[in-house]
Amino acid sequence: MASKAASAVMTDDVVFYLADEHDHAEGRSTMLGFWLYLMSDCLIFAVLFATYGVLGSNYAAGPSPRDLFDLPLVALNTTMLLLSSITYGFAMLTMVKGRVGQTQIWLAITGLFGLSFLSIELYEFAHLIHEGATPQRSAFLSSFFTLVGTHGLHVTFGIIWLVTLMVQVGRYGLIAANQRRLMCLSMFWHFLDVIWIGVFTFVYLMGMLR
Amino acid sequence: MPADLDLQKLIFGRLTIESLPLHEPILVATFAVVALGGVAVLGALTYFRLWGYLWKEWFTSVDHKRIGVMYMVLGIVMLLRGFSDAIMMRLQQAVAFNGSEGYLPAHHYDQIFTAHGVIMIFFVAMPLVTGLMNFVVPLQIGARDVSFPFLNNFSFWMTVSGAVLVMTSLFVGEFARTGWLAYPPLSNIGYSPDVGVDYYIWALQIAGIGTLLSGVNLIATIVKMRAPGMTLMKMPIFTWTALCTNVLIVAAFPVLTAVLVLLSLDRYIGTNFFTNDFGGSPMMYVNLIWIWGHPEVYILILPAFGIFSEVTSTFSGKKLFGYSSMVYATVVITILSYLVWLHHFFTMGSGASVNSFFGITTMIISIPTGAKIFNWLFTMYRGRIRFELPMMWTVAFMITFVIGGMTGVLLAVPPADFVLHNSLFLVAHFHNVIIGGVLFGLFAGISFWFPKAFGFKLDPFWGKLSFWFWVSGFYFAFMPLYVLGLMGVTRRLRVFNDPSLQIWFVIAAFGAFLILLGIACFLIQIAVSVMRREQLRDTTGDPWNGRTLEWATSSPPPAYNFAFTPVVHDNDAWWDMKERGYKRPLDGFRPIHMPSNTGTGIILAGISVVFGFAMIWYIWWLAALSFITLLTVAIGHTFNYKRDFHIPVEEVVRKEGERTRLLAAEA
Repeated sequence: MASKAASAVMTDDVVFYLADEHDHAEGRSTMLGFWLYLMSDCLIFAVLFATYGVLGSNYAAGPSPRDLFDLPLVALNTTMLLLSSITYGFAMLTMVKGRVGQTQIWLAITGLFGLSFLSIELYEFAHLIHEGATPQRSAFLSSFFTLVGTHGLHVTFGIIWLVTLMVQVGRYGLIAANQRRLMCLSMFWHFLDVIWIGVFTFVYLMGMLR
Repeated sequence: MPADLDLQKLIFGRLTIESLPLHEPILVATFAVVALGGVAVLGALTYFRLWGYLWKEWFTSVDHKRIGVMYMVLGIVMLLRGFSDAIMMRLQQAVAFNGSEGYLPAHHYDQIFTAHGVIMIFFVAMPLVTGLMNFVVPLQIGARDVSFPFLNNFSFWMTVSGAVLVMTSLFVGEFARTGWLAYPPLSNIGYSPDVGVDYYIWALQIAGIGTLLSGVNLIATIVKMRAPGMTLMKMPIFTWTALCTNVLIVAAFPVLTAVLVLLSLDRYIGTNFFTNDFGGSPMMYVNLIWIWGHPEVYILILPAFGIFSEVTSTFSGKKLFGYSSMVYATVVITILSYLVWLHHFFTMGSGASVNSFFGITTMIISIPTGAKIFNWLFTMYRGRIRFELPMMWTVAFMITFVIGGMTGVLLAVPPADFVLHNSLFLVAHFHNVIIGGVLFGLFAGISFWFPKAFGFKLDPFWGKLSFWFWVSGFYFAFMPLYVLGLMGVTRRLRVFNDPSLQIWFVIAAFGAFLILLGIACFLIQIAVSVMRREQLRDTTGDPWNGRTLEWATSSPPPAYNFAFTPVVHDNDAWWDMKERGYKRPLDGFRPIHMPSNTGTGIILAGISVVFGFAMIWYIWWLAALSFITLLTVAIGHTFNYKRDFHIPVEEVVRKEGERTRLLAAEA
């Protein structure tokens, strides 16, 4: 009984609701949400890596990585993508300082590096297909083209997104919403870099060792 | 002439007048009924001038409660389609004896069992589960909406798009004839050259985007938007199960997306992932699809466990027994659900060691699940149990699910599985856990939260009738299948040679008929409740003497859910507030910041249907056009920065004043 009485007295001091509440800043869950999306995307790549791991040595009497891959070209390609990640980093640094013009320039440079990465990749694909190493030729080539091509598609959408954001930054400036969007694209872009390091290592380098 | 043909191919792809199944009388009759019904519904909507209302208040709504209700409607409509398939199969198997071919040609029968599985999982169970989570979770955690309200609307409409494609396949072309998981090589282009598998692929891909995004959305909501004071271990148990389910969704659905992309590549451009030659491996597909597929069944059952927990503790008038063990059991199931996928194909020949590993992990899952059953039993023990409808479903679940669980453990033993694999025993097992677990849970949840959503209870008489028809119908329909399975009858058969088996199939068909009555009573229950809504009215917002925050607000809740964000001190927050003499605030209201409605979600989903249809029928120009439109509309949407508004304080005062009057009238 005593404790009940005590708790009844306590009641008056217990707060059951917030009387004075401010609007929540928009987008406070965006970073977490975007991370979750990235992790789900990561799983798509995980499946493609696993598929490459299982089927990657099924050449079906066709060409093997050693016959096909041109490492210097891939190294150049990798350089382009890594540089684009660095320049995106610079874009973010200038964004924090609120410099619209410089941010736009760094974003443009990032886009150009991205485009050169894509061009080299398309050249490589065209070359392989020209040599008869098509995605239909063997399970190895099916999984190779799908893994690398999916990454390339992501970069393509990244560039479309980048252009969209440049237009939006140009039009509305570095407002909070645009900063948040640039932040998301930044995570996306670096994520693609990390995936590419996986591709470069497991597909190209280890392919040459086989 | 060839030029003409090419032009037609160019415009319509492989869609021709022969694609319409005019030669199948069953389909023509179905189409006539659906068309007449559709015209009647559309006519009524036009006559009562409801289009504007529906568009403004529902279709474009970003309110989690309305989206939740729309998910439920979708699930119930698709349940009717999925059940039609079921009863057709039962009828076919009951009559196809003694030289009779039954009434369904093989071509049609195979589509039916595929469509039944696909629809029941993706377009009945998933929307119903997602709908309940959408409706309940923000209310339970004291939030005003989900983290990404627009995405929520978009996710819902993408699920609808998938359903629309599946329904289209009924009347334009055909559906897959591969079984619900479309194993290659059967589902590859060589053996399934027609549009069926493509309908399957695109329906699931489009709906899958919706499911994945709603998973991301609900995780972010639960992590970021809980009311102050609600630590993880003070979350209501349904929210916990919703969190785990959405983690599973985000971690499993990408695998489905990826594996279906690989299958599409095989079918569309001739790669060799799952072919028998050029180094492809169909077994890779089976592994990958079950890496998604097994977590999927836990995606469905975990929220049902959450519902049973809420219902048991509410209707026993007690705190849930063993709250933290319940949380840990849920989390352990979440993790283990990734370590058991191979038990779906022990017979593939992975070897004794691999099979025993997966057999043992499967058996281990029964431990946390058993712990849950005991927790519910101990919650009921010495409680003042009220046998209202939700509680009746819960008790039926506990009995039925335990049987299903035991046959599951039996199937987990690899040597036993070699005998029972692909038999009707398996079919009986998974219906036992999905109907006895998920569906009973959903019905418990629907009758539990219906008064919250609409402000009046469901009629108990028709509800109890539906309950008894469903439960007895389930036992009549599926216990015979266990017997048949033990006798070695395999699944998906269309005709039978052994007349001694017929009696079991007739009993099963009778069970399906009882379930039909159960579904009819459920629909009548809703109609009767709407008509009797004044007698069934709940003015308190707390019709069951509830324990969690959703019962703290009015029924139906206002758009903003809570005029003031609640502060939580206990895991039965509302019970705690009632115990400690919480007084509802009557003044000091403020304008409330809310997201605005948008039509972009439904527009994007509509374009996705066109894109899917174009891909299915090889109408390349339309596919390209709709894809570009899709991108343009999506990008255009990002140029809209004004996505919120304030509910003016007068509106809040008016709403809350109404509630004060209702509560006073009650007292």
